Amino acid sequence: MPQTRRDMLIDPMVDNNPITLQVLGICSALAVTSSLQVALVMSIAVTFVTAFSSMFISMMRNHIPGSIRIIVQMVVIASLVILVDQILKAYAFEISKTLSVFVGLIITNCIVMGRAEAFAMKNPPVDSFIDGVGNGLGYGLILMMVGVIRELFGSGSLFGVTILETVNNGGWYVPNGLLLLPPSAFFIIGLIIWGFRAWKPDQVEEREYKIQTVEAH
Amino acid sequence: MEGLLSLAVKAIFVENLALSFFLGMCTFIAVSKKIATAIGLGVSVMIVQAITVPANNLILNNLLAPGALAWAGFPEVDLTFLGLISYIGVIAALVQILEMVLDKYFPPLYNALGVFLPLITVNCAILGGSLFMVERSYDFAESVTYGIASGFGWALAITAMAGVREKLKYSDIPDGLQGLGITFITAGLMAMAFMSFSGVKL
Repeated sequence: MPQTRRDMLIDPMVDNNPITLQVLGICSALAVTSSLQVALVMSIAVTFVTAFSSMFISMMRNHIPGSIRIIVQMVVIASLVILVDQILKAYAFEISKTLSVFVGLIITNCIVMGRAEAFAMKNPPVDSFIDGVGNGLGYGLILMMVGVIRELFGSGSLFGVTILETVNNGGWYVPNGLLLLPPSAFFIIGLIIWGFRAWKPDQVEEREYKIQTVEAH
Repeated sequence: MEGLLSLAVKAIFVENLALSFFLGMCTFIAVSKKIATAIGLGVSVMIVQAITVPANNLILNNLLAPGALAWAGFPEVDLTFLGLISYIGVIAALVQILEMVLDKYFPPLYNALGVFLPLITVNCAILGGSLFMVERSYDFAESVTYGIASGFGWALAITAMAGVREKLKYSDIPDGLQGLGITFITAGLMAMAFMSFSGVKL
């Protein structure tokens, strides 16, 4: 359990990352990462919703009866998501078109519910807010990593600015079309998890079956 | 009729909710260790999906859409911005009702599916199905078909995944890739296989 507020903010980024370790919020991490700009907007939206929903739920935590807490949390989260959705439609219509249903799906993003249930129900508002920001950033970090790889090698640009001149435009780089298709996101996240766990071996999962080593005589 | 059939095939294979839109991934990864539990969850998702998509369709067309409240004397009211909160409310309520009905009248089914039902409320595939229905403006018949077919597609994907994972646990996998990592890569390969259906023209 993180102790100081600084730890609360930093911890979810590497040591306790919502995507690579807690397996939360994967749906949108995969779907919105084919361009970096969309991934950035999505990360900001999720961080905003997680932080504020944790804060509001934490404020109400002593007044919510246990039996209906899920519905109360849902209502708080859904209201915040509607807010985000309306703001995006008003000020960034193109991006909101690309994100299509995934803005709405922040409601069922397990990170938001997971933090509300696991942290905000037991801790004071300011701590919950920081915890929400931390987890949102941890989610955003993975999203940006996947986004950079997919956009740079898939279409040769970052944030829509050309970095590698593609063959179609008279350059030298042959873009890898696979990276723009859905399956590539699975591979990239799988490899990122591998990287994280090679770096932090204590995150490695226990094997169910050990392969017996045969000793030479 | 032909249109509905092609919509169903498209929802099951070409636009599989799990493998081409990544919906319901959290449960897809977490509950796919055993075939039996995967089938249980798959069937519950299919049932809930088949009820909630048409239910949300009725709510959208009769209460929320612009001009839908004309029967109550408010022809100019447009409540579409309340969509998200209504859909999730309907889903949460229907799952609760389904749980109680199963408990009362079909105890064996309740015992088999009981643990999965609360999980389904927060399964993005369910809310995603309703949101796709809204975005593509399906009519009632189409939304019934879409609900059943997309639920079936999701069930198919998670069952196949569980089959692969049951064999996979005996393999010698590098330490860091063990568990979550290899599951993602397997899902990626399955998604590629499902992409071959996208050439099917209906």
